[in-house]
Amino acid sequence: MQPSEAKRFSMWNRGERKGESRREKAERGLLPAAFRPLPSQSADRAGYLMVLPYVIHTVIFIGYPLAFAFVLIFHRWNIYSPMKWVGLGNIKLLLIDPLIWRALGNTIFFLLIHIPLQLIIALGLAQLLNQKIRGRTFFRASYFLPVVISGIVVTILWQQLYAYETGLVNLALREINLPRVGWLTDPRIAMVSIAVMATWKNVGLYVVLFLVGLQAIPSHLYEAAELDGASSWQKFRLITVPMLNPTIMLVLVLSTINGFSLFIEPYVMTGGGPVSSTLSGILYLYKQAFFFGKMGYAATIGFFWALIIFMVVLIQRRVVETEAV
Amino acid sequence: MKRFLLYATLVVGAIIFLYPFVWMIAATLKPEPEIAGFHIIPRHLTFESYHFVFNKLPIIRGFVNSLFVSMIVTASVIIFGSMTGYALSRLRFRGRATVYNVALLTMMVPAQLTIIPLYTMIVGFGWVNSYLALIVPAMMSSYSSLLFRQFFLSIPQSLVEAAKLDGCSDWRILFSIFYPLSKPVITTVAILTFMGIWNDVLWPLMVIRDEQLMTMPLLVTLFAVGGGADARLGVQLAAATLLALPVIIAYIFLQRNLIESMASSGMKN
Repeated sequence: MQPSEAKRFSMWNRGERKGESRREKAERGLLPAAFRPLPSQSADRAGYLMVLPYVIHTVIFIGYPLAFAFVLIFHRWNIYSPMKWVGLGNIKLLLIDPLIWRALGNTIFFLLIHIPLQLIIALGLAQLLNQKIRGRTFFRASYFLPVVISGIVVTILWQQLYAYETGLVNLALREINLPRVGWLTDPRIAMVSIAVMATWKNVGLYVVLFLVGLQAIPSHLYEAAELDGASSWQKFRLITVPMLNPTIMLVLVLSTINGFSLFIEPYVMTGGGPVSSTLSGILYLYKQAFFFGKMGYAATIGFFWALIIFMVVLIQRRVVETEAV
Repeated sequence: MKRFLLYATLVVGAIIFLYPFVWMIAATLKPEPEIAGFHIIPRHLTFESYHFVFNKLPIIRGFVNSLFVSMIVTASVIIFGSMTGYALSRLRFRGRATVYNVALLTMMVPAQLTIIPLYTMIVGFGWVNSYLALIVPAMMSSYSSLLFRQFFLSIPQSLVEAAKLDGCSDWRILFSIFYPLSKPVITTVAILTFMGIWNDVLWPLMVIRDEQLMTMPLLVTLFAVGGGADARLGVQLAAATLLALPVIIAYIFLQRNLIESMASSGMKN
């Protein structure tokens, strides 16, 4: 070993003292966790006692249901009579069930409207709020209000706004001499109406997220671009969007998960109709379990739905990452 | 001119988000034929919608149920979450890394996957139609435990050493030294947990059939779905307003905390 190498090697053992025991070294934080001596008994016991409730709870209420889900998938069961093994029956049924594919199609349609709307409005409002303005707190708070209000309140409210005869939206259309629209009764439009409502409810959260993201962009980037004579569009395209990439990813993932969790809105407003045009995966799962007592099939739908969410989020991540490069 | 456009857009935005709520509250005070209109001030003030709701629904009971369930769950998530967070950040014991990794993993398990097996389990326990079904499955949260862990890691170790020299047990260090220092994380966990439980409908819908045990959002949901309001708009809106009011009042006072907590929860993934 060359002397210089030996020196470099000894740097890894920074500050080692001759004849030092493992415990002494550990106390000075010099050993990686794996080589540290085991701690005294009392710390051990306090640690176990403190995590024990959490561990027990997690095993019972997450671990067991998770394992049991894989049992349920292969059975027919209405809870009250004994389980019946059906092998791959549920999965075969799912693959040819037009309604689950309808629900998936509806959800994707929902997301295709919801996500662009969400991104554009949230980013737009965040840009406006990120300037020197008075009353920023008030504006931010008012955009955020629907986020904290329970979904059922928003749903009942919008059901009234969308009502055919008495809804404010149609009343407004009449004021400008346009015909009424069946916002919740026209199968081509009902899902659009729900997507617009969901955007109204959630966009405030994304305004705040984008605002945090915008404030983290160092202003010297913009100043440098201005010196180079960049237009506002160029600044937006070449500085703001790339710098906001993590936030955009976050908004994508959150609104995707939101879309796949759609339940209360179609349940209250349309019952999944008209002609299944607003049926969502969770609503279908709920119906199979509680209207038809098919626990095995409902669990299969849940499994399928979880798988799809996972895949969609992975694809989104891949796309955003390649965009960034 | 540019400034004017900026403010005009912001104000229009605020109206779009606020006006429907104002209209909703106003509509509950109007007689039925007057509701289909844009005006806010009722021409004929009436409390009939509220009379109807209070007569038909055990709404006060629902409010108390919701409050009871949300408060117990929130307290439990804070106490057990901070214990787990403390152990994971400050104590060394065999299996600590495993517990930490499992906590991370469980956060990725989508609720859709476990909700049906969980329901069948609750049926097996005989917990349908009891507070237990609403409270016990929600009593701990991996996410909150990890939030506590993250926060506790930022508290200097020297404080712990000093307390240990004075003979403090780990329990006392957690509850009397760490707690006063942990207000931000406790607030965040409390708000997220409380709001999550307060607004949840799907789970109560599955496990509660007895009207006396229903949470407030469940009562209002079934009222809207089941046609209990006799298709009267004002009555449905009154039920919705009663459900929204506590949240709106809390929001007026805790607006900053609420926004920050919910935004930080968005940041988690």
